[in-house]
Amino acid sequence: MNVRKALAHVCLIAASLFFIVPFIWMLSTSLKPREQIYSFPPEWIPSPVMWSNYVDAMSYIPFFTYLNNTVIITFMSTLGVILACPIVAYSFAKLRWRGRNGLFITTIAVMMIPGQVTMIPLFLLFNKLGWIGTPLPLIVPAFLGVPFFIFLLRQFFMGLPDSLMDAARIDGAGEFRIYAQIMLPLARPAVLAVGLFQFMASWTDFIGPLLYLTNESSYTLSLGLQQFQSQRGSEWGLMMAVSTMMTLPVIILFFFLQKTFIQGITFTGIKG
Amino acid sequence: MQPTESTPTLKKNKEKSNYYGLLFASPWILGLMLFYAFPLLSSVYFSFTSYSILQPGNFVGLQNYKDLMNDDLFWKSIYNTVYFAVFFVPLSIIFGIALAMVLNIKVKGMAVYRTVFFLPTLVPHIALAVLWMWLLNPGFGLVNGMLHSIGIEGPAWLGSETWSKPSLVFMSLWGIGQAIVIYLAGLADIPQDYYDASDVDGANWFQKIRTITLPLLTPVIFFNLVMGVIGAFQQFTLPYALTKGQGSPANSMTFYVMYLYDNGFKFFKMGYASAMAWILFVIIMVLTAIIFWSSKRWVHYQGK
Repeated sequence: MNVRKALAHVCLIAASLFFIVPFIWMLSTSLKPREQIYSFPPEWIPSPVMWSNYVDAMSYIPFFTYLNNTVIITFMSTLGVILACPIVAYSFAKLRWRGRNGLFITTIAVMMIPGQVTMIPLFLLFNKLGWIGTPLPLIVPAFLGVPFFIFLLRQFFMGLPDSLMDAARIDGAGEFRIYAQIMLPLARPAVLAVGLFQFMASWTDFIGPLLYLTNESSYTLSLGLQQFQSQRGSEWGLMMAVSTMMTLPVIILFFFLQKTFIQGITFTGIKG
Repeated sequence: MQPTESTPTLKKNKEKSNYYGLLFASPWILGLMLFYAFPLLSSVYFSFTSYSILQPGNFVGLQNYKDLMNDDLFWKSIYNTVYFAVFFVPLSIIFGIALAMVLNIKVKGMAVYRTVFFLPTLVPHIALAVLWMWLLNPGFGLVNGMLHSIGIEGPAWLGSETWSKPSLVFMSLWGIGQAIVIYLAGLADIPQDYYDASDVDGANWFQKIRTITLPLLTPVIFFNLVMGVIGAFQQFTLPYALTKGQGSPANSMTFYVMYLYDNGFKFFKMGYASAMAWILFVIIMVLTAIIFWSSKRWVHYQGK
């Protein structure tokens, strides 16, 4: 038994190295002076430690403008998802109305359609609306619901008992109050997970901004890093600094909400 | 409810229920029509036209589809995409399950290992691309540096026609943490009784894996297989960022969706790109259907 555990540790440590070494390398490069970056064989410890790489990176591209744009898009689309998806999911799971099942099946069917199919007509639609070059195409649709999230939340609401709603109805509570004050709070773990998924999707999105954010003042960090890379592709120290700054908020969030992350992914894999 | 309830009240309740149901679902009904149904129908139409954002275009029937059949780069992009899927999906399943099973031995520090495996999935794809370009840099990258120290001269990786796709598979394997977490949850769902019973029968470690663990894990494998195949066919950000949108070297990194994007938004052949999108849809549907159909033979649900 002990031999087996020791063997397991060896495997896990080897695998951990594969997963963690690139991070350390990213951090190490981001703090190295230029000459040391191009030393071969590679060196691990930056000397001297160049904190100025971070400052330089932030001035090569309009970092704070891009950060601001990213934060606005991420915040607004996450807000949209949290407002719209649970109430629609609740309606699918717990309210009885004509056409409900047909619409739910349509929602599942839509979920299976690859985004590329609607990409071009959507672009033309947003173009007609004059939204190209603004963050609106990346925000407004979230307020009208995302099929995958509606599906996940619906599965969660299905698991909640009807008796609570019935009791509240007898007490004379209105339908909206039943949703907002009784059912929604019960669905909090699922709503949090969905919000987290949207946050991640939005923060790391590349193709969306690439399609719609056509002028530089509206760029997100993803586009900023891509721009940096195509203009100054040899400044590895600065690019690793930008990459670190882009990744750090997600990692910090992860450490605060680790349980929600893991539960959300597990729920997706088991119920989805 | 109360048995004395009269029919008019019931009818009123039903109307009320209809009203609130529709009201609560109304954002999505609007969203479904605006952002899904309407674009979907227009996409079918566009695929039969020579539409571009610059000119209104004409109805050309099946011409786009016929042209695609004679488009070498179209076939090359399919080859590249299938290549990636064929290597990445099985490898991600094998490594994912293997690591989850080792974690499941419940060694000390299991939560720490799990976190470490999960961390790469938090890196934005564009940052992941830039990081791996640097790791795989032929002259000064860490990978070739390490190979050099054991006396191997590493290839040019992303700059080599032979090694570009394996590099992509390799860096994609770096991000399989989500699958590991799902496998781990699947393993935790297998009742200990089965293992205890097999101990009584004197089963060895390998027999337990073959007859208990893997069969009971098949629903989760099934989920990851479907998601993996769908994801592999929609690969875009990584190869786009790695090659600055060029698909270089020698189009060895031109993936299906990249070529679709180029047609639609670089060459403005939006009708042509729409036809590509529908072919992609059919490919994904057929593959998903095959996996679903085959699942009857190899997926075992507990309690059935």
